[in-house]
Amino acid sequence: HPRDVRTCETNKHRTGSSGEGTTNRPDNTAFDQQRLPAWQPVLSAGIVIPGFLLVGLAFIGIGVALFVTSRSIQVLEVSAPKGFPPLAVPPTRGGPVFLYYGLSNYFQNVRGYGCLAMTTSSGGTCPRCSPSSSCAPYQYDQNTTIAPCGSVANSMFNDTFTLYQLVNATRKTVPLDGKGIAWWTDYNIKFRNPPEVDGSLAAAFNGTVKPVNWPKPVYDLDPTNPANNGFLNQDFLVWMRTAALPDFWKLYRRITEGEYASGLPAGNYTLEIQYNYPVANFAGRKSVIFSNTSWMGGKNQFLGIAYLVTGSLCVVMSAVMLIVYAKFNSPDEDF
Amino acid sequence: MGSLEVWSLIKQGWRRKPEQEDKVRRLISNLPYEDLRRKYQPNRQYANNSIKTTKYTVWSFIPMNLFEQFHRFANVYFVVIAMLNFVPIVNAFEPGVALIPICVILILTAIKDAWEDFRRYQADKQLNNMPCSIYSRKEKDFVSKCWKDVRVGDFVKVVCNEVIPADILLLHSSDPNGVCHIETANLDGETNLKQRQIVRGFAAPDGSFQPEYFSSIIYCEKPSNNLNRFKGYLDKPDKKKIGFGKENLLLRGCTVRNTDEAAGIVVYAGHETKAMLNNKGPRYKRSKLERKVNTDVLFCVALLFIMCLIGALGYFIWLETFPDIPPFVPPDSNNNYISPALSGFYMFFTMVILLQVLIPISLYVSIELIKVGQIFFITNDIDLYDEETDSRIQCRALNITEDLGQIKYIFSDKTGTLTENKMVFRRCSVMGIEYCHRENALRLGAQCETISDDEDIVFQKPKVPSRLQYRQKKGISSLRRSQSARTHMGARYQSEVFTITNEVAFSSPLETDVAPDRRLLRVTCDEKTQIQEWCRVSHCNGSASFMDFFLALAICNTVVVSTAMLPRQRVHSSTLKTGGRLQSLLKRMGSLSHIVNSFQSIPEKSSKSRSSLKDVKEEEAEDYSDSGSNNPSRRNSSASHHSEEERGTVSDPNGLCYEAESPDEAALVYAAKAYGFTLLARAPDRVTVRLPQGAVLSFEVLDTLAFDSTRKRMSVVVRHPITREVVIYTKGADSAIMELLDCHENQAEENKRKKIASKTQRHLDLYASAGLRTLCIAKKVLSEQAYDDWASIRQEAESTIDNREELLMETAVHLETNLTLLGATGIEDRLQDDVPATIAALREAGIQVWVLTGDKNETAVNIAYSCRLFNQGDMVFTLNTDSREQCESILDCTLGEVRRYTAPSQSWSFQSIVGAVMPTESTGPTFGLVIEGRTLSMVFEAHLQMKLLELARHCRSVLCCRVTPLQKSAVVKLVRNKLKVMTLSIGDGANDVNMIQTADIGIGISGQEGMQAVMASDFAITHFKHLKKLLLVHGHWCYSRLAKMVIYFFYKNVMYVNLLFWYQFYCGFSGTAMIDYWLMIFFNLFFTSTPPIMFGIMDRDISAETLLGLPELYKTGQNSEFYKRATFWIVMLDAFYQSLVCFFIPYWTYQGSDIDIFTFGTPMNTVSLFTILLHLAIEIKSWTAIHWGFMVGSVLLYFIVALIFSAICINCNPPSNPYWIMENQMADPVFYLVCIITTVVALLPRYIIRVLQGTLALSPLVQARKLDRLSTEARDQQIKNWKSQRSPSEVPTNLVSPVDSFSNSFEQSFYNSSLEREMPDMQWDSNEETQNTFSKGHRRSISTMTV
Repeated sequence: HPRDVRTCETNKHRTGSSGEGTTNRPDNTAFDQQRLPAWQPVLSAGIVIPGFLLVGLAFIGIGVALFVTSRSIQVLEVSAPKGFPPLAVPPTRGGPVFLYYGLSNYFQNVRGYGCLAMTTSSGGTCPRCSPSSSCAPYQYDQNTTIAPCGSVANSMFNDTFTLYQLVNATRKTVPLDGKGIAWWTDYNIKFRNPPEVDGSLAAAFNGTVKPVNWPKPVYDLDPTNPANNGFLNQDFLVWMRTAALPDFWKLYRRITEGEYASGLPAGNYTLEIQYNYPVANFAGRKSVIFSNTSWMGGKNQFLGIAYLVTGSLCVVMSAVMLIVYAKFNSPDEDF
Repeated sequence: MGSLEVWSLIKQGWRRKPEQEDKVRRLISNLPYEDLRRKYQPNRQYANNSIKTTKYTVWSFIPMNLFEQFHRFANVYFVVIAMLNFVPIVNAFEPGVALIPICVILILTAIKDAWEDFRRYQADKQLNNMPCSIYSRKEKDFVSKCWKDVRVGDFVKVVCNEVIPADILLLHSSDPNGVCHIETANLDGETNLKQRQIVRGFAAPDGSFQPEYFSSIIYCEKPSNNLNRFKGYLDKPDKKKIGFGKENLLLRGCTVRNTDEAAGIVVYAGHETKAMLNNKGPRYKRSKLERKVNTDVLFCVALLFIMCLIGALGYFIWLETFPDIPPFVPPDSNNNYISPALSGFYMFFTMVILLQVLIPISLYVSIELIKVGQIFFITNDIDLYDEETDSRIQCRALNITEDLGQIKYIFSDKTGTLTENKMVFRRCSVMGIEYCHRENALRLGAQCETISDDEDIVFQKPKVPSRLQYRQKKGISSLRRSQSARTHMGARYQSEVFTITNEVAFSSPLETDVAPDRRLLRVTCDEKTQIQEWCRVSHCNGSASFMDFFLALAICNTVVVSTAMLPRQRVHSSTLKTGGRLQSLLKRMGSLSHIVNSFQSIPEKSSKSRSSLKDVKEEEAEDYSDSGSNNPSRRNSSASHHSEEERGTVSDPNGLCYEAESPDEAALVYAAKAYGFTLLARAPDRVTVRLPQGAVLSFEVLDTLAFDSTRKRMSVVVRHPITREVVIYTKGADSAIMELLDCHENQAEENKRKKIASKTQRHLDLYASAGLRTLCIAKKVLSEQAYDDWASIRQEAESTIDNREELLMETAVHLETNLTLLGATGIEDRLQDDVPATIAALREAGIQVWVLTGDKNETAVNIAYSCRLFNQGDMVFTLNTDSREQCESILDCTLGEVRRYTAPSQSWSFQSIVGAVMPTESTGPTFGLVIEGRTLSMVFEAHLQMKLLELARHCRSVLCCRVTPLQKSAVVKLVRNKLKVMTLSIGDGANDVNMIQTADIGIGISGQEGMQAVMASDFAITHFKHLKKLLLVHGHWCYSRLAKMVIYFFYKNVMYVNLLFWYQFYCGFSGTAMIDYWLMIFFNLFFTSTPPIMFGIMDRDISAETLLGLPELYKTGQNSEFYKRATFWIVMLDAFYQSLVCFFIPYWTYQGSDIDIFTFGTPMNTVSLFTILLHLAIEIKSWTAIHWGFMVGSVLLYFIVALIFSAICINCNPPSNPYWIMENQMADPVFYLVCIITTVVALLPRYIIRVLQGTLALSPLVQARKLDRLSTEARDQQIKNWKSQRSPSEVPTNLVSPVDSFSNSFEQSFYNSSLEREMPDMQWDSNEETQNTFSKGHRRSISTMTV
């Protein structure tokens, strides 16, 4: 009978839809109900005063340390050197002294300039490692592969410097150390020479030509040291690490030998410069810099001052907060 | 069958487009074509029944999904940028790398879409393969097939409890009356049974159904989504036309109930069924915040443009400064130098590529993810879960969560939204005499108490038994009637007595049971002694009015009687005077006795409830003997009841279950039952009523004039079984009935009637002012001739197709004239739980609440007072006029008065801005506004909207009564467009759909009135009180979270991109990036993307408890305080400042050294990571373990990825590739020193400002946050202090529901007066008194035009 069936079925239907276990009730968990235990900081003067004070004092301490360190670093910059500029070097503590060349208004960071291929070319012979198209237009010279290709390599800095100490009117050559001026990773991992053919690097570069602006091919960059040739030439590696800013230094040599190892003795020096690199076309200037270093690198007054200023500011802020706290944090509100 | 016939059939089927195809659908049976190929099928052009709701197929997924994704502006932008990378002249990055972010975004979105689509596919597959029975000519029987095989023109059989597979025209039913009951819960959520009838003329006498012989052509409407509209006709071979309508249509998705089997022909299938046409997916709205975001994105575009322009110009100027071509300016690949101007032009696009991240592309994806998370938390809120219906809040619109936090105006429906829409019969007036039903009122009051007590005691425990226990303990005699109703409940849900279900409306004891008024009972009993007279005399001259009144209550409705407990009737059936039809009906029901028995056994499951049941029964008996002197027949019946019970064959007298479309109807039927007029059965052409003394009358129903909102009444035309008169019973709104009363030719009679009418009208006004819903009951006796005339017109109207509705209404209006007033009823619609508290909280939150209702003025005003929309001290203006001039002058005059009062309070509002701790309650009066629907339309006609708005803005609340659905939406639109505020509409019925769709947020209440409102809504809740938490807590959270996240996202991108921009000044504006592009992409994609998303989903600035305790905190969201135009620019400035710091501190540190590009960039990248994350850390207000995990995880991820990347990427991004740079930097102490100081300096200003804000605590948000740190008790105490400080005049919320206390006291006074002074006129005086006390205070009526 229909009604009969209906009643029973209705019951079944209803139990089915809302029976035990299938309830639609949300889980009563802290996560679902957004009641997770939480730290609810209310930033107020009372809490931050000690924080400001501590940070301020710490910063002042760091600032003083930085400032002192930085002052201990001596820098001698010779601007726009030409020929044989005479130098009167004050006594330097701490060595070794680093010799940098500086270029200003030189935008090594221009996009498109910084293209280079044929750096680590997978160890095959050079004809096999065709230069990347991003080297264009310094990719081929009359259909012969340029090695190394690209505009950075093409525009490599090629002035040379020799330093003499004037001892009793005689020039005494200061030995300059050109080893290890490039990054270890650049020399050992990033850049590779093509495998030598018959013990000759020149043969390995067979089938390539030198970059247009270069006077010498890449395998003949340092005639004094055969190991310092090809892509692993230290000056080349330094040049290839493109500078971040238009006024930059690049490490030329370190003075690490003999009596000069612990700093240049005070005295008169002269610097012989072989002037090859034109700067007129970009209105740039060249400079030569002697500097020693510390744990924080080269001389940098800024960081120390910044820490001192910020530290003092924090201390001042803590004083201000104290006033604010005293004025606005009435006891009855301090619940 | 001859070959000619076949040919003609084929020709018939061949016609591609049957005539009239554009207007109607023509279809014929498929059976003659059963074995023919598809192209010969006559109905092949109609959709078949397999559904496909998926958007994609396996093959079309990729192209279609991409196509859809590229409809988004953001994605197009990103792809254009990526394409720009491939243009050789401008390329900044590796072109392939630039594609990665957009690909990741596209793939993520595609995976999400694919997963959603797959779920739809599975659901479709399951539906398509459901079994059903289709008639096959070969088998000469119904064969089992799948839903997807059903085609238009097939004959389908459905059996009881089966879901209907398509829209079927009902041609056969196993029910001898030719009806089929269906439950439409799947479609509209209405759980009451609805009757469908077979098409006229198809009732086979022997109950068999032979589809082969069906040769008619069916013409019906084209498919439409209107569930309530369907009409058409059958063209029979003999050229006879038979009309049919929605009452003949079985809808797909409904369930067949109560009917063995039904069959019919499919008219709509698959996607053309009404169910599918109504099934629209989730809605997509654009939130206010998102619109703001879009404008700010445009600002970012402008910023980007300016920055690129600077870059282009800079490049040009830079090139010009050189006297000659410098070695570092590269020629193009052909070794040519292009002119500086052209290079500058190209550089513009290079800059676009470089700085593209400025446009926060991932912002849109992040927002979407955040909203998914927010919706997860909203739907999982246990406070928004309704135990009774086992339903959570539904979020139907997925992307407007944050709008919940910005609502300024709420437009609420009254019935079913503020009130429960569970009607309780409270009072009635018969023939001008009021019966106040004191017993009933007392009982209801007691009931309320016990229920609330119950809920305290047993929250999780099974409800029914505990309630029984409780009653037993209390032993309140007034409860016993509800007891019996409850046992009947048990019968219905016997298998789950212990789970709480309230799916069927009107089943709670409150609604189903009415304690009769003693006085009225006495009168009816007296009348019963006259029954013999009444039976003899053809027309009983008004003396039988009481009889008629209750008969009208019982008959004049569309209530379906669904379960009957019958042996009792059989006992009495011997005394029946009416025909065999009822007897046969009863016979068929007779076998139900075993249900009765099973029901009897239920209480045994719980011995306690069993015993309590017995107690109650005994008490009941006693009670009856108390009043026995007054009602002998009642005593008899209860005596017979007992004797029957002893025989063990009989059920409870309440074993009938009424299922009504409107709760009022059910309430009236139960009221009639309480007086012994029990509706026993309803068939389409017959209703059966048992009279108090046991006689069963069966009325032949000649016609039913259904309710509609223009007539505001319904009628049934019946033939009286005894007098054989044609009687029309009408019930409807008082305004609709009073106008139609007849004038009697007899002067005395006329006077008497007028007196009755005026008295009844007074009672009606009284009811309305007590917040009761009023209905007038009237009758009319029609002469046979008049009826025949009318019937023929009616028939004609029924068979027309075109404007049938209008014609039918016309005929109805024609009949409903010259009525005789019988009486009036007052039905209470109880307020939902916590409505006053919710409204008070919403108002405290600065939200204006408007109530728009179709109810009459007095009812609405009363509910408004009881739900605290108006306070007793409020000045309430009533706008009620018909004339335009008057309307305007009243508005002006009211405005003037309001302005006079509000002028001093201007200074108050100023103060509240200055001092947060100032007491903020104005001293002047607050205003309320009541406006009538007619006046409202006048306002719209006369373009007085702005004046109305001005007035409304000064009012605390506005109440619009007697408004139509269209007016509701017009009001919402007016406020929304003119005041430019966020609006929310909440309603539960079909009449609220317009309003719900018009508002910024539509909320549907899934309650008694079906699902139309829910279908149209953005959020669906079960109770009005849920609105409080939804808005105050979730709204605040969602808005503050998302707003802060968006602001942060803008900041993050601008800050990071500016680093690159500043670098352009040092690289000749050549578009160089000092950070490796992989790390740059990772930076946005992995290192800094998850913390803001987590922040947007999880951050909790203020706890839920505090937000609920201090609703005024909501105002921050309303005023968009987290995301203003200023906020955007301040954060932009901060971003600029931070980027300057992050660039220039490393710059000055490394200036004049041999630093290379990426070594220079690495500390900047690291510093900006710290700054960006710590910036977020300052903004995060609550740190859970998850927050810590994401923050620390992001930093760790950065270092791990950067270290690994630097270690393996020997050869990428030449020449200054990132190889070993991170490692080198991390070995350098300066790196750490730079990182520390830069981060500190960058964040110092923001930090200091936040500290100052926290210390001075000017904003309530900060104060509230401080409260959160306290223990619960201390916080509650502080919240109390806070509130008392701010609003000293606010009275604490009453624990007793105000409506109950009010109406009870009213009841009391009324009752007392009516006891002391039996004179009706005196009674009226007391009414006036109550009205006076009621309207005391500042309530003023500026103008009241009578109807």
